[in-house]
Amino acid sequence: MATLEDGGLEPRAVPYKPPVVAPGHTTASVTDKISEVVLQRTPRWWYLGFGISFLIMMMFLTAVTWLFAKGVGIWGVNEPVGWGFAIVNFVWWIGIGHAGTLISAILLLLRQEWRTSINRFAEAMTLFAVACAGMFPVLHLGRPWLAYWLFPYPNTMGLWPQFRSPLIWDVFAVSTYATVSALFWYVGLIPDLATLRDRSKKRIAQIIYGFGAMGWRGSAAHWHNYETAYLLLAGLATPLVVSVHTVVSFDFAIGIVPGWHATIFPPYFVAGAIYAGFAMVLTLTIPLRAIFHMQDFITIRHLQNMGKVMLATGLIVVYGYATEFFFAWYSGHHIERFTFLNRVTGPYRYYWFSLVVCNLLAPQALWLRKVRSSALGLFIVAMFVNAGMWIERFVIVITSLHRDFLPSSWGMYRGTMWDWMTFIGTGGLFLSLLFLFIRFLPMISIFEMRTMVPGTRGSEMTEVPR
Amino acid sequence: MSAQAHPKDPQPVIHGLMAEFNSADDLIAAARQTHDAGYSQVDAYMPYPIEEVSEALGHHRSKLPLIVLLGGILGGLGGYSLQFWVATIAYPMNIGGRPFHSWPAFIVPTFECTILAAALFAVLGMFALNGLPHPYHPVFNVPRFALASRDRYFLVVEARDPKFDRAGTERFLTGLKASEVFEVER
Repeated sequence: MATLEDGGLEPRAVPYKPPVVAPGHTTASVTDKISEVVLQRTPRWWYLGFGISFLIMMMFLTAVTWLFAKGVGIWGVNEPVGWGFAIVNFVWWIGIGHAGTLISAILLLLRQEWRTSINRFAEAMTLFAVACAGMFPVLHLGRPWLAYWLFPYPNTMGLWPQFRSPLIWDVFAVSTYATVSALFWYVGLIPDLATLRDRSKKRIAQIIYGFGAMGWRGSAAHWHNYETAYLLLAGLATPLVVSVHTVVSFDFAIGIVPGWHATIFPPYFVAGAIYAGFAMVLTLTIPLRAIFHMQDFITIRHLQNMGKVMLATGLIVVYGYATEFFFAWYSGHHIERFTFLNRVTGPYRYYWFSLVVCNLLAPQALWLRKVRSSALGLFIVAMFVNAGMWIERFVIVITSLHRDFLPSSWGMYRGTMWDWMTFIGTGGLFLSLLFLFIRFLPMISIFEMRTMVPGTRGSEMTEVPR
Repeated sequence: MSAQAHPKDPQPVIHGLMAEFNSADDLIAAARQTHDAGYSQVDAYMPYPIEEVSEALGHHRSKLPLIVLLGGILGGLGGYSLQFWVATIAYPMNIGGRPFHSWPAFIVPTFECTILAAALFAVLGMFALNGLPHPYHPVFNVPRFALASRDRYFLVVEARDPKFDRAGTERFLTGLKASEVFEVER
């Protein structure tokens, strides 16, 4: 990159960039500040926050118990809309997870040093979002207790999964994604667990963190293999994350339902996933950085960059919408055309209009540097996007199904109380896991932050041109 | 330090000698000099990866990429063969008149199996190469070593090194800008 020194750029061409780590930090202060959050006494607000999340999760338990007792009939699904909230929520949650892998893997390979302070947290978000997502297709099965039939294993029934079905592809994609994300997260945690083991005063904490750290001692020979493993995992996770939402979009695109059968679906879904995921990362990061006074590590630069990623992916999503409409018209197929007219003028038009407001109009505010540099502004836009992406999946799933080829089979769909309880309940699961995570594990990668401090010698893995 | 070892003992009853450094640059210089002085059983400990140290100690290539490649190949072949066997031999089913061996439909699970196996091999391979989990290690007997995961850098010359000499090595390490030199109990 050209710099001022070699005269490559005019001085005015270099805009001021807030630093990735606030000045004045050392490897010791970074270590102490991040591990202190975990090792100090549990603050009172934590009990309150965890308590509320846990109660919401108990609502999920209630809804699921009733589902097991009565069956999917308690939900709003019926003919013609057989894929109701369950699939909307599944796609929404799994999409949110994608930002975590993008931050931890793709931005690592692209040497975006600012990712370091948010990658641990975003990866945790990925894991928890995938856990929530995984609930829905399983609960939607009708007989959820037989979910293991989806996996290929020798059984007395002589039965094997149908590998030509995108739904089986989904099983492979999502379970691989969950496993690889968990591995990547755990490998990243090992050196930090060793730090916590060495720094905790309580015997029980030393033992538990010690188990997790597996005897990690920061040996040069170990770091050598460790970095190789970390980079290789990043390289493996990169095509994986793109493949997961592609496969999710195949669930729709392989079918011949008008409104689903479109080749734009894979890229449009992947962009939408990253869009929704960055919105969720911002939604969680902005309050947490204020509560834990982490402004030194998660600077305004991080928020700005996430805002930019949201704007870019949001525009790709809008391009996806435009392409869908264009192809509906260009196909010359009257039912395809009808489906899209029905989205805009049919009984679910309010959903479509709120989709336009949330996903198309609201993020345009991010063109303004003022909005990108304001935590509150970003938070508001992110909330719009969170809602907008849920509505987008609702529009895709429900408006395509409720009026298909035969007017005699048209129908309407609405979620029941149990649908809402299950959906909001997974939010409780997500938040409970998140509260446990910020309480017991370092939410910022300590060892990677050490390499960000000026004066330390970053290795190939994390070194960036300064 | 309560090691009872006497430097003249024929059997090394200590693990080795540990030198503490305050900066990464000092550790890099020390690692180079120790390697150049002919010591072979040397390890460095640091709070974050420093490539120069690994290089100075002679860790050039990790075997891990090969292990991961092997895992990926096994996963891919395994995934594809499973689908081929299920779709053509174990449970043939006519879906819309497509051939039993409808390979384009098998690409996605094959890809996922490749990634899954490669990732598992990467993590388990890293554990195996590093000898983890490793619950006990002598270096933890030095109380100051807890700082290796914070902001201090350590270099250990093991007693089983043929060039190791209790007094001579200690003098050598002290001369390397080490802030302190400790004896590591076994």
